[in-house]
Amino acid sequence: MGVLVLLSLALITIYFRESQNGFLHRTQSGGATILRPFEVGANRVARPFEDVYGYFHGLAVARSENARLRSEVRRYRQLYAQSASAVQENVDLKQALRYYDTAKYPEGYRPVFTSVASRPPAQFDQAIVVAAGRNQGIRLHDPVVSSGSLVGEVTKVTSSMARVTLLTDAEIAVAAKDVTGAAGLIRHGQGSGDSLVLDHVTKDQIVHKGDMVVTSGILAGRLRSLYPKNIPIGLVTSVGQSEVELYKLIQVTPFVDFSTLDSVAVLVSKKPAPQLP
Amino acid sequence: MTRSADAAKAGALLFAAAILQAAILDRIRIVHATPDLLLVMLVSIALLRGALFGAAGGFFAGLVLDTADLGMLGLTSLLFTIAGYWIGRYGETTGRDRGHAPFLSVAVVTVLMAVGQLVLHFMIGDHVSARLVLLDALAPGIVLNLLLTAPVYALCRRLFRPLLWGELAPEVRLLG
Repeated sequence: MGVLVLLSLALITIYFRESQNGFLHRTQSGGATILRPFEVGANRVARPFEDVYGYFHGLAVARSENARLRSEVRRYRQLYAQSASAVQENVDLKQALRYYDTAKYPEGYRPVFTSVASRPPAQFDQAIVVAAGRNQGIRLHDPVVSSGSLVGEVTKVTSSMARVTLLTDAEIAVAAKDVTGAAGLIRHGQGSGDSLVLDHVTKDQIVHKGDMVVTSGILAGRLRSLYPKNIPIGLVTSVGQSEVELYKLIQVTPFVDFSTLDSVAVLVSKKPAPQLP
Repeated sequence: MTRSADAAKAGALLFAAAILQAAILDRIRIVHATPDLLLVMLVSIALLRGALFGAAGGFFAGLVLDTADLGMLGLTSLLFTIAGYWIGRYGETTGRDRGHAPFLSVAVVTVLMAVGQLVLHFMIGDHVSARLVLLDALAPGIVLNLLLTAPVYALCRRLFRPLLWGELAPEVRLLG
């Protein structure tokens, strides 16, 4: 047993210290490729059972979801009407100014649609493993979305798989803004749920409950990924501030249900990824 | 010959359990917890076949799971090796022929695994919520694992012959 414990400790130490291209990482990548067909087989066996569960679960929540979606459609129809003319004006002005921008979402990105191959226990790892990797053009720090909303970023890539760290991981921060313009950073909130906080929003900025929060498309400070601009993240559920806090206290409920992710799209930029000078 | 056949069976069972765990069970979340088929399988094999099988099986199972999940290599292996060895010793000594041994072992190992993983993740600098691990997910995790224990242990009992007296470690006795 002592030998195996020492071997485990050696594996942890080397894996922790070596780079993404190190020997153990490459061995793991090869191993994951070998294990992939077994996982696909297991998934195929389980699929009918998952479908039956999904069918009955869908029936159970259909009524309340229908009402919620109807109210959302009404709200977004109003927002669309308000913003359509502004968008056109914006396009015209940018053309007139020959404005240079980073890759735009969704036009500037090629989505790689892929299924979720596995997800480590959520209490220890806020991550998923997807069934597409370097062979499909996926690179480190590529943003990942589901149903058009932000899920997280790629933090490990092998030839056929990629590990995606979710927004609910404490190590992830995303430059984001309220649709009214208040800018900050999206981070995982305190507590065990999937709630997020919009941090670093100064008290002079105006944020309302129900506002949509989207990515701001800025590569700020030590942030690793340039998420494209305007990917929806979630809705503001509470706004507060206190005398002692430097910034507003803003809670955001994400659009994505991280516990039921089955498939995602990895956004591969058609332009080379920008680097900070 | 029998020993190598047992090793092959244990390896195949643990491999299948690791694949099922990574591909299917890790996606199931019931009241913050995930059923841990691999841990229950390891405990059952360790109880029936002893400390050596437990430790080696734990190392192998952890390695497969960390590879499939693209997690930190060695982390699950370390915990599973210790858990497998310890439960194996229990099975060889005081736990043998006791009906409650699998259930007691699974419950205790589930708690120790949660604490162990929490400590290791803290040591390597990962942000893990102790509240989520120890308060929210632990109790339902124990219940889910206990539900798996009876069928998994029954399957293992059918596949592995009982240990012979000569293979069992003697009971611990106080002298004097």
